[in-house]
Amino acid sequence: MDVAGSILFFSFYEGLVFGLVAIGVYLTLRVLAFPDLTVDGSYTLGGAVAAVLIVAGVNPFLASLAAIGAGFCAGLLTGILNTKLRIPALLAGILMMVGLYSINLRIMSGANVSLLREVTSFDIIADLFGMRAGSIGVSIILALAIAAAVFFVLNWFLRTEIGLSLRATGDNEQMVRSLGGDTDKNVLLGCAISNGLVGLAGAIVAQGQGFADVGMGIGMIVMGLASVIIGEALFRPKGVARLLVAAVGGAFAYRLFITIALRMGMAPGDLKLITAVLVVIALAIPYIRKKVRREWIPPAVRW
Amino acid sequence: MSTESLLTLEKISKVFSRGTVDEVKALDSINLVVRAEDYITVIGSNGAGKTTMLNVVGGVFPPEKGGKIIVDGADITNLSEYKHATYVGRVYQDPNIGTAAKMTIEENLAMAVLRGKSRGLRAASNKKRREEFRQALAPLKLGLEDRLNTLVGTLSSGQRQAVALVMSTISRPALLLLDEHSANLDPRTAQIVLELTEMIVKREKITTLMVTHNMELALRYGNRLIMMHEGRIVVDLNQEQRTGLTINDLITAFERASGSKFSDDEVLLKG
Repeated sequence: MDVAGSILFFSFYEGLVFGLVAIGVYLTLRVLAFPDLTVDGSYTLGGAVAAVLIVAGVNPFLASLAAIGAGFCAGLLTGILNTKLRIPALLAGILMMVGLYSINLRIMSGANVSLLREVTSFDIIADLFGMRAGSIGVSIILALAIAAAVFFVLNWFLRTEIGLSLRATGDNEQMVRSLGGDTDKNVLLGCAISNGLVGLAGAIVAQGQGFADVGMGIGMIVMGLASVIIGEALFRPKGVARLLVAAVGGAFAYRLFITIALRMGMAPGDLKLITAVLVVIALAIPYIRKKVRREWIPPAVRW
Repeated sequence: MSTESLLTLEKISKVFSRGTVDEVKALDSINLVVRAEDYITVIGSNGAGKTTMLNVVGGVFPPEKGGKIIVDGADITNLSEYKHATYVGRVYQDPNIGTAAKMTIEENLAMAVLRGKSRGLRAASNKKRREEFRQALAPLKLGLEDRLNTLVGTLSSGQRQAVALVMSTISRPALLLLDEHSANLDPRTAQIVLELTEMIVKREKITTLMVTHNMELALRYGNRLIMMHEGRIVVDLNQEQRTGLTINDLITAFERASGSKFSDDEVLLKG
């Protein structure tokens, strides 16, 4: 396989997996208008739960389901902090992120858990299709199957009565309440689903790279944000289905960009800074454009 | 007209900022019996407690202890706001509050049609519901029935308020609260929205409370008029009593009842 091909395939796989994080961020930030920073913690949580269970001999697919459950609970708790205790969304997420750091250390009884000698979901898929374990084809099949399932379920769910109520909550909370919708419940549900997806992404990545590490989630929220913003800029999506595709597409573009940067000799440690700068630029562009056109500019949001 | 009581307010009080220098008694032990199919206009100067009364009935905040709100036989005093919505539809002064800008007309109505019903995993809209939405929008004669997929944020304020009005009534709540819902619109659009209100309220036979700052409107619409002052109802006129009244008669009635000079420039100017 030539270099360009391998970069593309690898980015495609990463785009699909991190697309789950992007969809999670899209659900909270764009659908619920709830800037949820739990992501950094719930991603690691998913990886930690899955890794520990796999080492304990649990079926890797069941372990991944458990990771979804763990992320779901983390999101639920963030939602409870916000809706029941009225802690601002941003702060609720930060508190959860910090708290989860200790919890993740406890779950793993240390800073990391190795999966190198364990049978992971990737190995089972490789066996099933008679492919070489650890090949990029196996990774893509698994990631594609999961991403497709998530896409179909969410695309259906967001059009149901509950899903519509959830979307409306992010648009106009007061209207939803005045029409008999329980906005607190919607926020809880949205945060929970979002972090469940993020936890799943953590579980898949941990199995793919052969270990879970307490620092694996650092910067995940910014990466998810970057993916959502890039996706929106590239696809200009309208409607639920296209927005979901845009989130995954954005994650793919982002990973492609990062992989190329690495190939060009960029140090891995610099990537977080590049991501942060990317998001700053993407967020500043609409403002600068308005400034140039002398349009009215709304005051900066402080959440 | 039925004599049955649809809304009963018993000893409803509301105090804001209790125990501080800003303490305000917004509602002072209000008692009100609204019969089914009453269309009451509520008038009063700023700070009289009109909107506070609607907020209490709508469940935005509960009344002080000892107060009771009964709608259609159900005691809803301590239910949360979204549960009040089962009984109470509401149109706000600002059309932006009553509608969701980033959703289509169809999606907005799909939210509204489920008032008081449990929301499940059925599709939010379908062919049958779309037909229902078209039929609800057609009488407005704004052409909105052919624009179900239009984002509500792209409509004019008047169109949005018309949509909000349909949304508040499409599931036929027992009670409709209108909080100066035509005040933010230009005179012509306000006129249209008021006529639509009249049409829908008459057709659906919904019991209605309409708060307004405009005495002329308060006399023209509805079958009963109440005037509020410092958290109390000081004037309550039924259909016969208010027939033939002028704005000046109202001001006189107000001054006699409240014992104070009527001084709301806004009302006088609009009158």
